[in-house]
Amino acid sequence: MAPAFPFSAIAGQDEMKLAMTIAAVDGSIGGVLVFGDRGTGKSTVVRALAGLLPSIRAVADCPYHCNPEHEDTLCDHCREQTQAGKRLNVREISVPVVDLPLGVTEDRVVGALDLEQALTRGEKAFEPGLLARANRGFLYIDEVNLLEDHIVDLLLDVAASGENVVEREGLSVRHPAKFVLIGSGNPEEGELRPQLLDRFGLSVEVSTPEELHTRMQVVRRRDEYESDPKAFVQKWADQDAEVRQRIERGREKLPHVEVTDEILERTSTLCIALGTDGLRGELTLIRAARAAAALEEADRVEVKHLRQVAGVALRHRLRRDPLDESGSTTRVQRAVEEHLPA
Amino acid sequence: MSAALDYTNAESAWEDATTAAALLAIDPPGVGGVCLRSLPGPVRERWVQIARELLPAGTPWRRIPINISDSRLLGGLDLTATLRSGRPVVERGVLAEVDGGVAVLAMAERIAPATAGKLGAVLDNGEVRLERDGLADRMTSRFGVIALDEGAEEDERPVGPLRDRLGCHLDLNGIPVHVAGGCEYTAEDVAAARQRLDQVQCSDELAEALCAGGLALGIGSLRAPLQALRAARAAAALDGRSEVSQEDVALATRLILVPRATRIPEMQQPEEEEPPEEEQQQEQQEPEEPPPPPEEEPEPPEEEEGSDEEQADDDEQEEQAPAEIPAELVLEAARAVLPDNLLQQMKIRELAQRNRSQTPGRAGALQQGGGRGRPAGVRPGSPGAGVRLNVVETLRTAAPWQPLRREHDQSGRRVIVRPEDFRVTRFKQRSQTTTIFAVDASGSSAMHRLSEAKGAVELLLAECYVRRDEVALVAFRGRGGEVLLPPTRSLTRAKKGLAGLPGGGGTPLAAGIDTARQLTEEVRRKGATPVLILLTDGRANVTREGVGGREKAQEEANQAARAVRVMGIRALVVDPSPRPRPMGRELAEAMGADYLPLPRADASSISSAVQAVTGTGR
Repeated sequence: MAPAFPFSAIAGQDEMKLAMTIAAVDGSIGGVLVFGDRGTGKSTVVRALAGLLPSIRAVADCPYHCNPEHEDTLCDHCREQTQAGKRLNVREISVPVVDLPLGVTEDRVVGALDLEQALTRGEKAFEPGLLARANRGFLYIDEVNLLEDHIVDLLLDVAASGENVVEREGLSVRHPAKFVLIGSGNPEEGELRPQLLDRFGLSVEVSTPEELHTRMQVVRRRDEYESDPKAFVQKWADQDAEVRQRIERGREKLPHVEVTDEILERTSTLCIALGTDGLRGELTLIRAARAAAALEEADRVEVKHLRQVAGVALRHRLRRDPLDESGSTTRVQRAVEEHLPA
Repeated sequence: MSAALDYTNAESAWEDATTAAALLAIDPPGVGGVCLRSLPGPVRERWVQIARELLPAGTPWRRIPINISDSRLLGGLDLTATLRSGRPVVERGVLAEVDGGVAVLAMAERIAPATAGKLGAVLDNGEVRLERDGLADRMTSRFGVIALDEGAEEDERPVGPLRDRLGCHLDLNGIPVHVAGGCEYTAEDVAAARQRLDQVQCSDELAEALCAGGLALGIGSLRAPLQALRAARAAAALDGRSEVSQEDVALATRLILVPRATRIPEMQQPEEEEPPEEEQQQEQQEPEEPPPPPEEEPEPPEEEEGSDEEQADDDEQEEQAPAEIPAELVLEAARAVLPDNLLQQMKIRELAQRNRSQTPGRAGALQQGGGRGRPAGVRPGSPGAGVRLNVVETLRTAAPWQPLRREHDQSGRRVIVRPEDFRVTRFKQRSQTTTIFAVDASGSSAMHRLSEAKGAVELLLAECYVRRDEVALVAFRGRGGEVLLPPTRSLTRAKKGLAGLPGGGGTPLAAGIDTARQLTEEVRRKGATPVLILLTDGRANVTREGVGGREKAQEEANQAARAVRVMGIRALVVDPSPRPRPMGRELAEAMGADYLPLPRADASSISSAVQAVTGTGR
């Protein structure tokens, strides 16, 4: 299988790239939704991200790659082991990025009775599904608006609780399933259910680049990549490594970034002006701004960081007004200019 | 755009079509595929035969039927092998089998959006990702697609995401049988070109020409220039060269860029660019205002070569200064095959097309929504009429008993399944409502009525969206009725479709009702419940033939209304005229509809009236 298209070779689409790096720095941000025109490289960015993520420490042989440092997030098996006083084998793994392909069946999403073991040995064993594999990582759904409803329901529940509860075929299993949900799609093929929309922390709107220069770059690079993927990836390895380091440094910096009361206050003002529902918008905006500051290795969040992320954090949380012609992006922009002048 | 290219003669159209087949044979995944619009017949058969014969011997060639199941498309559990061996065996799907070859999609205009989505994901990733039936697997698969598009109507075409991924868009309708003869290339030429393909270079100027040309023709997707670049390369290889030439670029333009053009950047006569809203609706509307009309009056299109080039050159400069020369190359190629009258056709269709081009093929949706419902768990039961056996669940049920059963079974079977293990999938059906607005957009009060109707549609849509119901919009004016917004749930699409709704002209009431009735039939075939809302004062003055004549028109309108009554659907006539006349009520009676005079109708009162009458609002 060919290596993924390098992240740093993606021309333009800055907002999308920023949102992805923010999600990589702070997984608690609640995922990213990418909506936009066809042929704009939505899925390319997500697949490219997988190649950039730093490695994490995880319990070896645990299907959920539990974090050995956090006892309260361990799965039942790992917990039993520690309580029995055994030491857990730990190894470095790369952050999982799991694809949820269209046409996926329910049993593969949540996990089910292991057919092979059951047929050959008559044993009842649990075969973890995609949610298990995505624990502590990313779960990517391309064409998220085409996903069948009953699968969406499953995801909503798990994404909210961070735990997957399986009760089927005489199995009763629960395991941690905390993941960053990444969805992409084209709004013209159907919109997203509001409940699912709400699960995404950030939302990016992409459109095809209008500038000839950017379009040239996109086509040229893509063409080069397809002619010889390995050589192309090699060529961009250094730049990709730089982005990876930036994400790593951002992760380390994140807990030390200060958020002043003034910033909190301005965030509230902005959210009230826009009439976003609930506190989730404010919280996400603060978190995203903090991650943006961490990426710059700044010590505290400043207004410019808020301005940078206001669009992605808020645009999908505005109350829908079908008679307002201007899109939500414009509405956020207007409010930002008014309440957070540069 | 799918308008048939107006080649000077059918021979050159056929020549281009066969060349496209050769390009596809040289680089199937690079070119992406061919969207072949043609009614079934000897011409299409001949083309498909040529396309197949050009491929190297042994290249996979798979036909994908319209009703293919996910397990055959993507792969799944091989039941026979699993039962025989007693362990799960993966069966490769068609998309994995076709690696390196060509998949032929039958009746592509009816493909379900979900199927197209799966196909698109495999094309994009170059591999099949299987997560089904307790199996997880990844299989590399890179191939080209020939989509046989048998659509007759403008809006019957493969779904947008599929078309976007197929490079060449051909239209064989109109090529006479005697022209559809041979192909100037042979399988040996293709084999030689494949050898050469890796070495073919493309200069920056020519690559830029394709990008700039795509932009100037209003093609948003970046897949198109990329596919054009690969096709130009394949064309150079086919010709035995190692450098892409201008002719290759021109060919790629004809095959790939021109059929997707959404605007013609030059040669616009003043009256053609008249309706201003059209331009603003370009796909990427925000930043780029339509290019200002050239200061100097554009020359009429029947110009001789030289000055034509010059003039287009000027136009280009205005649109994007740095690109004029390369783009000109592409535009010239485009111009050669774009007939003058196409410009007009294009303008006329542009509106309707923008809404419809994204419409899933009609029956595709039928298949998807056709009462399959949503899987709601599994229950014991036996398969039979309309009930499908859930193989995996059946095996799972049987699995724990195997050791026990083997003890009592002498047949030596590896897996022993008994009827009581059978599990079938239950489907839950939910009836969906589609509200169809038929709006009188004619003369007098049109503008006002129309804007209120639009407002009401958007309000209802916001409602429907929550319940996953759909809304459609039919307008009638001038000569006939037109579906402006096919059933949709998408607010984005609705807004786009509604923004440019035209008004004015006579009142072809009968034609309008007919159009609406056809749409209700379609909706019903999909398994949804149609509700018809007719916004009119009931006064007709244009007959079905499109000529004036109050009396005949009125009679026809009542006749059309009775046809609606026969269907027995729920209908409502909203009469927004300031002083309602009896015609509105009569029409409603003929239709078996409720009648609601709303002299001062505004968007929200229409919307709430509709909800009250149809019981859709809650």
